[in-house]
Amino acid sequence: MRKQYETIIGLEVHVELATRTKIFCACSTEFGGAPNVHTCPVCTGMPGSLPVLNKKVVEYAMAVGLATNCRITRHCKFDRKNYFYPDNPQNYQISQLYAPICRNGFVEIETAAGKKKIGIHEIHMEEDAGKLIHDEWEDCSLVDYNRSGVPLIEIVSEPDMRSAEEVIAYLDKLRLIIQYLGASDCKLQEGSMRADVNLSVRETGTEKLGTRTEMKNLNSFKAIARAIEGERTRQIELLEEGKSVIQETRRWDDNKEYSYPMRSKEDAQDYRYFPEPDLVPVDISEEWIEEIRSKQPELRTVKLIRYKKEFDIPDYDAEIITGSKHLADLFEATTAICKKPKKVSNWLMVETMRLMKELDQEPEDLTFSPENLAKLIELTDAGTINHTVAKEVFEQIFKRNVDPEEYVEERGLKTVNDEGALRDAIAKIIASNPKSVADYRNGKEKAIGFLVGQTMKEMKGKADPTMVNEILREILNG
Amino acid sequence: MANIISDETIEYVSILAKLELSEKEKEQAKRDMGRMLDYFDKLNELNTEGIEPMSHIFPVSNVFREDEVENGDQRDEMLANAPKAKDGSFQVPRTVE
Amino acid sequence: MSLMSLTAAKLGKKIKDREVTAVEAMEDALKQIQEKEPLLKSFVTVDEEGARKRALEVQQKIERGELTGPLAGVPIAIKDNICTEGILTTCASKILYNFKPTYSAEAVKNLEAAGAVIIGKTNMDEFAMGSTTETSAFGVTRNPWNLEHVPGGSSGGSCAAVAAMECPCALGSDTGGSIRQPSSFCGVTGIKPTYGTVSRYGLIAYGSSLDQIGPIARDVTDCALLLEAIASYDRKDSTSIKREDYHFVKALKSDVKGMKIGIPKDYFGEGLDPEVSSAVLEAAHVLKEQGAIVEEFDLCLVDDELLTSKNSSSFGEDKIHPTRYAIPAYYVISSAEASSNLARFDGVKYGYRAGEYEGLHQMYKKSRSEGFGEEVKRRIMLGSFVLSSGYYDAYYLKALRTKALIRKVFDQAFEKYDVIIGPAAPTTAPKLGKSLSDPLKMYLGDIYTISANLAGLPGICLPCGRDSKGLPIGLQLLGDCFQENQILRAAYTYECARGKWNMPGAFLNRKGVIKDEETV
Repeated sequence: MRKQYETIIGLEVHVELATRTKIFCACSTEFGGAPNVHTCPVCTGMPGSLPVLNKKVVEYAMAVGLATNCRITRHCKFDRKNYFYPDNPQNYQISQLYAPICRNGFVEIETAAGKKKIGIHEIHMEEDAGKLIHDEWEDCSLVDYNRSGVPLIEIVSEPDMRSAEEVIAYLDKLRLIIQYLGASDCKLQEGSMRADVNLSVRETGTEKLGTRTEMKNLNSFKAIARAIEGERTRQIELLEEGKSVIQETRRWDDNKEYSYPMRSKEDAQDYRYFPEPDLVPVDISEEWIEEIRSKQPELRTVKLIRYKKEFDIPDYDAEIITGSKHLADLFEATTAICKKPKKVSNWLMVETMRLMKELDQEPEDLTFSPENLAKLIELTDAGTINHTVAKEVFEQIFKRNVDPEEYVEERGLKTVNDEGALRDAIAKIIASNPKSVADYRNGKEKAIGFLVGQTMKEMKGKADPTMVNEILREILNG
Repeated sequence: MANIISDETIEYVSILAKLELSEKEKEQAKRDMGRMLDYFDKLNELNTEGIEPMSHIFPVSNVFREDEVENGDQRDEMLANAPKAKDGSFQVPRTVE
Repeated sequence: MSLMSLTAAKLGKKIKDREVTAVEAMEDALKQIQEKEPLLKSFVTVDEEGARKRALEVQQKIERGELTGPLAGVPIAIKDNICTEGILTTCASKILYNFKPTYSAEAVKNLEAAGAVIIGKTNMDEFAMGSTTETSAFGVTRNPWNLEHVPGGSSGGSCAAVAAMECPCALGSDTGGSIRQPSSFCGVTGIKPTYGTVSRYGLIAYGSSLDQIGPIARDVTDCALLLEAIASYDRKDSTSIKREDYHFVKALKSDVKGMKIGIPKDYFGEGLDPEVSSAVLEAAHVLKEQGAIVEEFDLCLVDDELLTSKNSSSFGEDKIHPTRYAIPAYYVISSAEASSNLARFDGVKYGYRAGEYEGLHQMYKKSRSEGFGEEVKRRIMLGSFVLSSGYYDAYYLKALRTKALIRKVFDQAFEKYDVIIGPAAPTTAPKLGKSLSDPLKMYLGDIYTISANLAGLPGICLPCGRDSKGLPIGLQLLGDCFQENQILRAAYTYECARGKWNMPGAFLNRKGVIKDEETV
C-alpha cells in the first residue's frame, strides 16, 4: 500500500506598508514613474549616506502585531543581512533578526473543516529591494531603485498549515486584517503582498518534520495553491524513490507548474547578520502600545456585528461588504451621505458585483466615489431618472466615476414629467394599437404592459413607467 | 598557529566577500587570517560572563523621521557616477538565466 | 613669510580685519601646495579652480557682512573619505577613482557655513585602514619632518599638509586613532570628538560604531574653533547626539588648578619607546606644576561584582584589565563592520568596474579584487569570516562584550579623574616601507588610541617634544564622554606652559633633510 503523507506548511508573507515615504529616507513610495526618480543617496547606497527610521513604519508594524495577537517587543533593534545582488544597493538589507518588533501571535482561520489557530512566529520590519528589468536587446539587466527602501513587514507563521485551503484562508485573513488597519492595500498581483511558502512532507503519524524547501515568486492565490500541490508531489516522489529532499530556495514557474532551485554556487546563503550600527534601538512603551491600540480601526468581526445591528441589510450582504475593507468603506461613506443603507447595499451587491465579475476586478480596484453613488440613488429616488437609465448611468460611474447629475443633464436622460407631452404620446400609441386597446378592454390585463412599453419607446425611455401606467389606465378605463 | 585556515575556508569567505584571490594571495590570506584569529583568541582570557554585548555606546533610542516626502528627483546627478547606465537605470550583466 | 604659516585663528583675524582677502589666502595655499606636493603628496585632489571660485564668493560675503565668523576665508583641506559635492572623493582607493558625490558631508556643510574654504582632498590609508598612509592607491604621503618617514595614518595627508603649512587646518577621521596617531607623528594637534558629536552623514564608513570626524590644526585654539564649527546635531545621522553645549572655544583657559589627571600605569610598560615615555611624563609634570593633581593609577575594574563573584579566581589575579584586550576587540568589530560597509563598492552604481568579466558574479569579484588594495581586502576577508555562520558568537559578540567592559573601566576611571594622560603612539614615526609587511605588528601600534573609539571618548593629541632623530612626540589626553572642554582646557594649559612649537619649514630645498624651521 502506498504511504500516506502529511504536508507541513509555514508562510513568510511580505507586505508593503502604505507609508508616504520610504523606511529610511524621505523619498516617495509612489508607484510607477520613470526609473530611479524616487531615489536619493540613502536608497541607492551612496557612500556616506545614513538611514533614519520612518516612525509610521513602526506604528503600522505595531498595529498589525496587535491585530494578530502578537507580543510587542519593548526594545527592538535592526540588523544587517548581508548578501550581494544588484537590486540591493548597499549589498546588505536592513532587517530584524535578533529582536523583531512582534512575536508569538496567531490568527484564526475558518475552512470547511472548521476553525483553527495559525501561529505567528514573528513580524519584523525591513526594506524592500529595487527592481530589475531584463533588457533583451543588450542581454543585460537594468536596475531601478524606485522600490528600494519601500517599507515592508515580514510576517512569519509557524508551520501550522496542512493544505492549500488553509494557506489561502490564512492569507485571506491576514489581507483583510491589514487592509482594515490601512497598513497596506495587500495586492498580490502588484506585489504589495507576497508570500513565500515553506513546505515539507512527512509520513502521516510520524512526529519528525521533513526537510523543507522555500518557494518564491507566487503572484496569486491560484499560483500558491498550484505551487503547494506541485511541490508536495515533487517531494513525495523524491521520498518514494528513496531520495531525499534538499533544503533550498526554489522559484515557482506558474506557466510550467514546476519549481526550480534558485541557488548557484556563488550564493553561500550565509547572511552574516549583525546589529545595524547606523540605527539606534526602538523602545516601545506601554503608553505607545495603548495609543496604537486605541487608534486601531474597527476590525471585520466587530464591523459585521455593528452592520447587522445598525443597518437594515441582509446578513449575506453584510458578510460580503465587510469582506473587503474598501467595499465596507464605500458602503459606509455612501450611506453617510444618502442615509439609505439598503439601497447602497443593493447597488454594491448587484450592479457592482456584476461589473466587477465582467471586468475581472477585485473590490480594491473600485475607483468610483461614494458621492457619485449617493447622487445616483438620490436621482433615482426623486424620480428624476428611471431604473433602466440609472443602470446605464451607474456603469459610467463604475468605469469613469462620472458625476451622475452632469451626465444625466448632458445626455438629456431625465424622466419627462411634462404630462401634456406624455398624454400626446399615449394618445398616439392608443390610436396606432387598436388591437391591444381592445384586448385590454376585454379584460386582458397583460395588454397594458405592451402599451406602456410602446409609450416608453416613443418617449425614448425618459418617462416614468408608473406615471405612464396610470395615465393609460385612466384613459382606457374612462 | 592554533587556527589553521583551510583552502575551503578561504574559498568560502571569498564567496561571501565577493573577492577573487590569486593563489599567492590565498596563501597569504590563510597565514594572515590564522594569525589574526590566534590573536583574537586572546579575548577568551577575559571573562565576560553575564556582560551584555554593547553595540551602541550611548543608550539612545527612538530616533525617527516623520512620514513626509522631502526628496525630489536627483536621478541624473546620481547616474553620472554609474559605470554603465541605460534608460535612466544602472546597467548590469544579466541577472537571470 | 607665507600666510599659511599662520594659524587659522590668526589668518581669520587678518581676513576679518581686511588685511588680506580670502582670495589672497587661497592663492598662497595653492602656491605652497604647488611647491611642496612633489615631495609630500599630502593631497589626492587639489581643486584649484573650485577653490579660487569659492574663495572669491566667501570674500564677497565677508565684504557684504554675511560672514563674520573666525574661520571666514580660511583655507581648509578635507580628508578624502569625507564627501564633498562635485569634488572627487576617492577614499584613496582605485574603486572610487572617479567618484564625485552628489552631496556634501554635514561637517563640510557646517564648515562652509562658517566661511572656511575647501582647497582639496587629502591622502589617507585606503578606506582609512592603516597607520601609515602607505596603503593609498595614489601614492604614499611623506612626513614633513623627515621625508624618509611616514606621516602616520590614516589621516596622514591632512596631518602632513597642516604640518608642512600647505594649509592652516584640515579635517580628518578617527576610527581607531586615525587623527591622533598621525597628529603625533607630524607634530600637529588633532581631536577625536565624543562619538555622535560630529555628524557622520557623508563620512564614507569604515567602522560605523567607531568613526568620528575631527579637526586637525597647529594648535589647541584652532582645534577648538574648528570643532565648534563642525559639531552639530544632525537628524540625518541617527547616532548623532544632541549635546547640551556646542561651545568649545570658551574652554581655552590656562588653568588646571585642582584638575585631576590620571596616568595609567599600564600605558608605560613594555613596548613604549623610552624617549616617548619620558616626553609624555614630562608633560604630565608640566601640568602638575600648573596646579593639576596628577597621579598614577591602574586602569582596571575595581569594586566590581565580577571580582567578588566566583569568576575572579579564573583570572589568576584580583583585577581585570579589559583595555589589554582593546586591540583584538577593535579589529573584530571594525573588520566586521567594514566587511559590510564596503559591500556597496561593487561596480554597479559608482566607481570602478572591471574591464572584462563574464556574468554578474565575475563582475563583482573582478571589480572588487582589482579595485581594493591588499590591506582593505585583508580586513574584508577577516570581517566576513568573523561574522560567518558558526563564528559570530565566538568573535563578534565576544568583542562587543569586551567593549562593554572597556566602557565600564573608563566609567570607573572618570569617576576619579577628569583627564587621562598618555602617549598617542608607542613610537615616533617609523621609516617608510617598514610597517606593512607585518600587519599584526602594525595593529599593535594602535594600543593607546583605540580604547577611546571603543568607549566613545574624546581625545586630543598635541606635540610634547621630539626624539633624538628630531621627530615629534605626541601627548594624548582622554576625557569622559562629552567632556571635550576638560581635555581642551588641559591641552591649552599645557600648550601655554610648553611654549612655542616650531614646524618643519625648510625641508623643501633640502631633499628631506631638515635644516631649520619656520615659526608658527
